Amino acid sequence: MSDMSADKSITSGFENEAGFSDYYALLKPRVMSLVVFTAFVGLMVAPVPVHPFLAFVSILFIALGGGASGALNMWYDHDIDAKMKRTMNRPIPAGKVTKEEAFGLGCALSGISCILLALTANIFAGLFLAFTIFFYVVIYTMWLKRLTPQNIVIGGAAGAFPPMIGWAVATGGVSIESVLMFMITFMWTPPHFWSLALFTKTDYADADVPMLTVTHGREATRKHIFAYTLPLAVVTLGIAATSIGGWSYLIVSIILNALFIRGGWQILRRDDAAAEADDYKAERSYFKLSLLYLFLHFSALLLEAALKSFGWGGF
Amino acid sequence: MDLKVEHEMHKRRFSRNAGLGFVLVGLVVLVFGITIVKVRMIGNVPEAYNAAAGLPTAEAGE
Repeated sequence: MSDMSADKSITSGFENEAGFSDYYALLKPRVMSLVVFTAFVGLMVAPVPVHPFLAFVSILFIALGGGASGALNMWYDHDIDAKMKRTMNRPIPAGKVTKEEAFGLGCALSGISCILLALTANIFAGLFLAFTIFFYVVIYTMWLKRLTPQNIVIGGAAGAFPPMIGWAVATGGVSIESVLMFMITFMWTPPHFWSLALFTKTDYADADVPMLTVTHGREATRKHIFAYTLPLAVVTLGIAATSIGGWSYLIVSIILNALFIRGGWQILRRDDAAAEADDYKAERSYFKLSLLYLFLHFSALLLEAALKSFGWGGF
Repeated sequence: MDLKVEHEMHKRRFSRNAGLGFVLVGLVVLVFGITIVKVRMIGNVPEAYNAAAGLPTAEAGE
């Protein structure tokens, strides 16, 4: 036996051992970035000032709670993650992390994030974060994701709570402004994901996850996309009339909604034959616009808050 | 004989341990910071204690 083979025989059982980055990947970092940004906006636009350090730590714990949900989602969905190309390289199906480890990490981080948020900000914010984790893991992941093609709508609700938690950190409660901020992401998520589903070859069917494009067809998906675009416009424009809105927000929202409704209309008016002819140009541009749509709406709210601190902003 | 002491596995384990170490130290720093900020927000503790106990405070004593 050579030295080289001896070395391999000793370590062969550990070659798939997880590094720190594999545990970090369990927390779904890309989803966390959306959570951080929207929770930050929710906290900054609230009428009650928060100590900068407590604000920073609160956002960190909200992000940690979001990460805990991600780990628990990967724990429960390890079977379907292994069947889909997009998710088969996640730490559990790749064999780097066991599902028990993911479950333990998710539970521990859930407890730590909720308790420390309650101590840092207030009890209500801590309970709200706990409810969000429960909603995402139990209501969405365990119950409805594999049951209904409206799963995106339910999942979108879980992703829409962070600005409300940010607002609760500052105010200790809920108000019409925070509910409307929730409604932005809630109404935005379905058309965003369904437009993606139209131009990507997803393998949800192999994993027995009902997706609207498969269960109701692509034409119905096009109708759904346009149908969500209209009430989304009402919600986003409605925020302009609240205490966190103003002229700059209103102008940004009118432009974005005009473009978004136009994009939704283009998707509605064409069929798959036309879409394939130009490689789903309208669907792709609608998807890209949707990313900008969400980011710019929350950025405009942040701008309004900044302007108000100088005595400008509002109407 | 060329024995390799440092295997890729060791690097990975080091990264995991170092990462966990940073996370734990970070958590301690955060909790310490929260404590400092919260205590400062409460204000003068003996004054608050005196007021709660019905004892004369600096303001009332003037």
